[in-house]
Amino acid sequence: MTKEKIRKIESFVALSLSALAAFAGLFWLIFILGDVLIEGISALNPNLFLKDPVPPGVEGGGLRNAFVGQLLITIGATVIGVPLGVLGGTFLAEYARGRKISQFISILSDIMVSVPSIVVGTFIYAVLVKPFGHFNGWAGAIALAIIMVPVVLRTTEDMLKLVPWTLREAAFALGAPYYKVIVQVVYRGAATGIITGILLSIARVAGETAPLLFTSFNNSFFSFNMNEPIASLTVTIFQYAMGPYDSWHAQAWAAALIITVFILLLTLTGRAIIRWRYGKQ
Amino acid sequence: MLFRKNPIDLIFSAITAIASFSVLIFVAGILLVLVLESRVSFEHFGVWRFITSADWDPVRESFGAATNIFGTAVTTFLALIFAIPVALGIAVFVTEIAPDWMKGPVSIAIELLAAIPSIIYGMWGLFTLAPIMSDYIEPALQGTLGKVPILGLLFEGTPMGIDILTASLILSIMIIPFTASISRDAFNLTPALVKESAYAVGATKWEVVKNVIIPYSRIGVFGGIVLSLGRALGETMAVAFVLGNNHQITKSLFDAAATITVTLANEFTEADTDVYLSSLFYLALILFVMSFIILAIAKFFLIRAEKRYSR
Repeated sequence: MTKEKIRKIESFVALSLSALAAFAGLFWLIFILGDVLIEGISALNPNLFLKDPVPPGVEGGGLRNAFVGQLLITIGATVIGVPLGVLGGTFLAEYARGRKISQFISILSDIMVSVPSIVVGTFIYAVLVKPFGHFNGWAGAIALAIIMVPVVLRTTEDMLKLVPWTLREAAFALGAPYYKVIVQVVYRGAATGIITGILLSIARVAGETAPLLFTSFNNSFFSFNMNEPIASLTVTIFQYAMGPYDSWHAQAWAAALIITVFILLLTLTGRAIIRWRYGKQ
Repeated sequence: MLFRKNPIDLIFSAITAIASFSVLIFVAGILLVLVLESRVSFEHFGVWRFITSADWDPVRESFGAATNIFGTAVTTFLALIFAIPVALGIAVFVTEIAPDWMKGPVSIAIELLAAIPSIIYGMWGLFTLAPIMSDYIEPALQGTLGKVPILGLLFEGTPMGIDILTASLILSIMIIPFTASISRDAFNLTPALVKESAYAVGATKWEVVKNVIIPYSRIGVFGGIVLSLGRALGETMAVAFVLGNNHQITKSLFDAAATITVTLANEFTEADTDVYLSSLFYLALILFVMSFIILAIAKFFLIRAEKRYSR
C-alpha cells in the first residue's frame, strides 16, 4: 500500500468515528426521551392533575399537590430572581460598563451558573430553614432564585451590550437622562433577548431537585401555604421513583414526562426566538 | 459622568448596583455560612483527618470525607474519559463533516441533552439503564476484560447495575453537551485561510483536524473540558439514583459508592446530631470550594481563548 492510501484510510476511519460519536449523542437523546415518552404516556390520566396522593395500595390518586407546589415555587423564584437579574445586568452593561467591577461580577456570575445546586440547598437550609425550625416553600423559591439570578444577569448584560451605543447617544442628544434612555430605549431594543433569557432561566430551574430537597421538602397534602413544607414535582419524582410501589413508579414517570416536555418546549422556544431575532447562535 | 446630574438616575443606578452585588453576596454568604455551620465538625476532626479518614459512622459519631471524595473523584474521572472522545467527535462532525442542513439540527439535539433535568437522567438510569447494565453489559465486560490479570480486578463482584460504572456513564452523557458545544465554537473560529493552506499542501481532512484545528483551538477545548469537570463534580440527582450511597473505598467498578453530592442528598434531612449535620455542611463546603476553583480555572482558559481568537 502506498503512503497516500494509508493516509486516506486513516482519515476515513477517524472521520467515521466522529460521525459515530455524533450518532451516539443522538442515540442517547432519543433513548432517554423515547423512554420517558413511552413510560410517561402510559401512566398519564386526568386524575394525575385533579386528585391528591392516596396511600400506596389504594386505587387512584394523583399529584395535584405537586403540580401546584411546583408552580408556586417556580413563580416565587421567578418573581424574586428576574428583577434582581435584569437590574444587575443593567448595572454591568450600562452604569458600570467597562469598569473592573463589572468584569469581576460578570465572571463571578458565570462561575455561579455552574456551581453545584445542592450547595445552594444546604446554604438556604442553614439560613431559612434551621432558624424557623421547619421546611418552607419560600426557602425553596429563594434557593431557585439564587440559581436563576446569575443566568438572567448574564443574558441581560449580553443583550444590552448588543444595543448599539449610537442609539443611546441619539437619546442623550434629545436631553434624556440616562435612566430614561435605559428604560425607554435600551430595554425596548433588547426586550426580545431579555425575555428569551428569562424563559431559558425558568427552564433551567424548573427541573432542579437538589436545592429543594432540604428547603421546600415535600408535602403529601394539597397546600397553597408557602410558609410550610410544600410538594414539588421533582422531589416527588425522587421520592416515588426510589419507593417500592409500582403505582408510585408509574406516577413518577408521568410527572417526569410532563416536566421534561415543559422544559424542552421552553428551551426550544427560547432558541427559536434567538435564532429568529439574532440570526446565528 | 452622565448619570450623576439627575437624582432619579442616582437612585436607579444605586438600585441596579445593589442588584448586581447580590451575586457577590450569594458567593460570600454561601462560603461564610458553610464555614460557620461546619465549625463543630472542624473542631472534632480538623482538616487533614476529615479529608483522609474513610470513617463514616453516624452511630459512633465519627466522620471523614475520604469515601465521598473518592466516589466523586472516580465517577467524575470516568465520566470525563467516556465523554471527551465522544464530545470531540461530535464537534468535529458538526464543524467539518456534516452537510450544512444537518449542522443545526445535530447541534440543537446535542444541546437538548443539556436541557433535560438531571432527575430525569437519574430516573431513566435507575429503571432503564441499570437493568441493561446488570443483565448484558456488565456480564459481558466480566467475560472479556474481567479475565485479564490485574485489569480484571476492576470488574469483580456481582453486576447489580447500581454501581460506579453506571453512574459514570450517566454523568458522561450529561456532560457531553458542554464539552461538545464549547469545542464546536472553538473549532469554528479556526480561520479558513489556515485550513485551506493545509488542504493546499495535500493534507487529508483528518490531518487538518488533528494538526491544524485542534492545536489552534486547544485552549478553548481545554476550557470546555474543565467546565464539564466542574459540572460533573456537583451533579447530584443523576447519580443519586444509581450509586447506592455506600461509604466504602472499593476497587471494583461494579461496587456501589458515595459521592459528596449523593451523601448530602440522602442524609441531610436524616442527620440527627450536631456533629453529623455539621459534617455534612463540611462536605458541602469542600464541594463548593473544589468546584468553585475548577470553574474559575475553566473560565480563565475560556477568557484566554476568547482573547486569542478575537485578535
